[in-house]
Amino acid sequence: MICQECGKRPSTLHFTKIINGEKTEFHICEVCAREKGEGIPGAPNSFSIHSLLSGILDFDTVASKGLNSLKPQESLRCESCGMSYAQFGKIGRFGCSDCYNAFGERLNPLIKRIHGNTEHSGKIPKRSGLRVQCKRQIEQLRAELHRYIEAEEFEKAATVRDQIRELERKMQQSS
Amino acid sequence: MKNAGPDSDVVISSRVRLARNLRHQPFPLLATTAQANEVLEQLASVSESGVLDRFGPFTTIRLKELSELDRRVLVEKHLISPNLANESRAGAVVLSDNEAISIMINEEDHLRIQCLHPGFQIREAWKLANEIDDSYESALEFAFDEHKGYLTTCPTNVGTGLRASVMMHLPALVLTQQINRILSAVSQVGLTVRGLYGEGSEALGNLFQISNQITLGQSEEEIIDNLYGVAKQIIEHEKAARRKLLNESYRRLEDRIKRSYGILRYASIIDSKEAAQRLSDVRLGADLDILPQVSPQIYNELLIMTQPGFLQHRYDEKLSPDDRDYKRAELIREQLNKQVDNGGATS
Ligand SMILES: [Zn+2]
Ligand SMILES: [Zn+2]
Repeated sequence: MICQECGKRPSTLHFTKIINGEKTEFHICEVCAREKGEGIPGAPNSFSIHSLLSGILDFDTVASKGLNSLKPQESLRCESCGMSYAQFGKIGRFGCSDCYNAFGERLNPLIKRIHGNTEHSGKIPKRSGLRVQCKRQIEQLRAELHRYIEAEEFEKAATVRDQIRELERKMQQSS
Repeated sequence: MKNAGPDSDVVISSRVRLARNLRHQPFPLLATTAQANEVLEQLASVSESGVLDRFGPFTTIRLKELSELDRRVLVEKHLISPNLANESRAGAVVLSDNEAISIMINEEDHLRIQCLHPGFQIREAWKLANEIDDSYESALEFAFDEHKGYLTTCPTNVGTGLRASVMMHLPALVLTQQINRILSAVSQVGLTVRGLYGEGSEALGNLFQISNQITLGQSEEEIIDNLYGVAKQIIEHEKAARRKLLNESYRRLEDRIKRSYGILRYASIIDSKEAAQRLSDVRLGADLDILPQVSPQIYNELLIMTQPGFLQHRYDEKLSPDDRDYKRAELIREQLNKQVDNGGATS
């Protein structure tokens, strides 16, 4: 695919904007991306991608919620590092790991657009891992439990329920 | 890189990078100098505590101790990123002596573990990076969320924090004009292509880097398998295109390669763009046995050595662009002549 800015180089950055249900695809090359990415305050050498992201973010804020919604969004702030959601919208990068929690579900549309997904399914560090692994297992077992109940296989459902209780007990002990 | 590795006639190198951050510390973007230095000292002390010993000897280099020129050389050798080169406050790199492992501290994220293998060894590079990650994790706690995975400064890295890439030399796909079709196909399966020293199809030296775009929602193994599968196909296409050139237009191919070799052996002025293109031709000639006297390895070395920062460094003086083009030609002549004197690629 050829870059839609210069029409010469192949595009290496691909984005889809969805504004009011209207889908716009966006394909540009690194050179053009870098040109567009220049002049972001506080980020002298930032990669083009950040400004592209922030372009999407700014646009969404205004397009989906209307101008009046800007105020409450601006007041959303990460207490650990002080970064506001509006600032994140400008630079496209987080100030600390707590920002993810502070901005919460508001990030999901953006994350979904970048990755097509919002749930991690890869490596889990061992430290925080035991707890997370238990939680994942419980989630899987709960889904199983639902299936058994719907199929009216109550004996199997009871076994699964006991397994869930056992895991929940384990989790409480470890925390 | 001494050994060329598997499929090294097409794949120059395979690289894996993992992005990690410490819990309870602001990311480098917002860290005060004191906080950034605290992160640096914590990560440096873990690096030097012995947990990395089984991966070979390492040296920790603090960026503030390097001259601007030394930093630029590290960038051109792809051992650190341009981003880290500018982080003179509390940036550092933990470098294995064979330069296969480069661990950047206070780049965009607190920790960036990079493993570079020669040839097509993306799975091996991932395995090594994963083990190094485990070693750090035995001593530290990383910022991790059960839904979002490893938390990173930029939302494009969140999840696995994994960027895997292969650097490919694809002269036959460029010559047979198949490259754009292949590159656009690649970008439709969640991978990104970029030129090493140039852009897209204008990539200098016909070098293309292919990497995963998505870091969240796929497991590390899925990401690596996807990249492996696509790269394997591109290797096959490149090899088929080389066979086609050999069978259908041998004379023109031979002329192009030998012409470039002649220019590199005798030119007295050459700019970096022409040098990269001629070196690519010569490398292809070496791989296809049209230039049996040339070692394919010399291409990788010369491509790095003929970059502006590297030349400055080597000649240890301020070179004007004209001087650089002159010195570049001289350096290439020297290296190629040395090979001929040594009796070719047998060494
Ligand atoms: Zn463009
Ligand atoms: Zn924060």
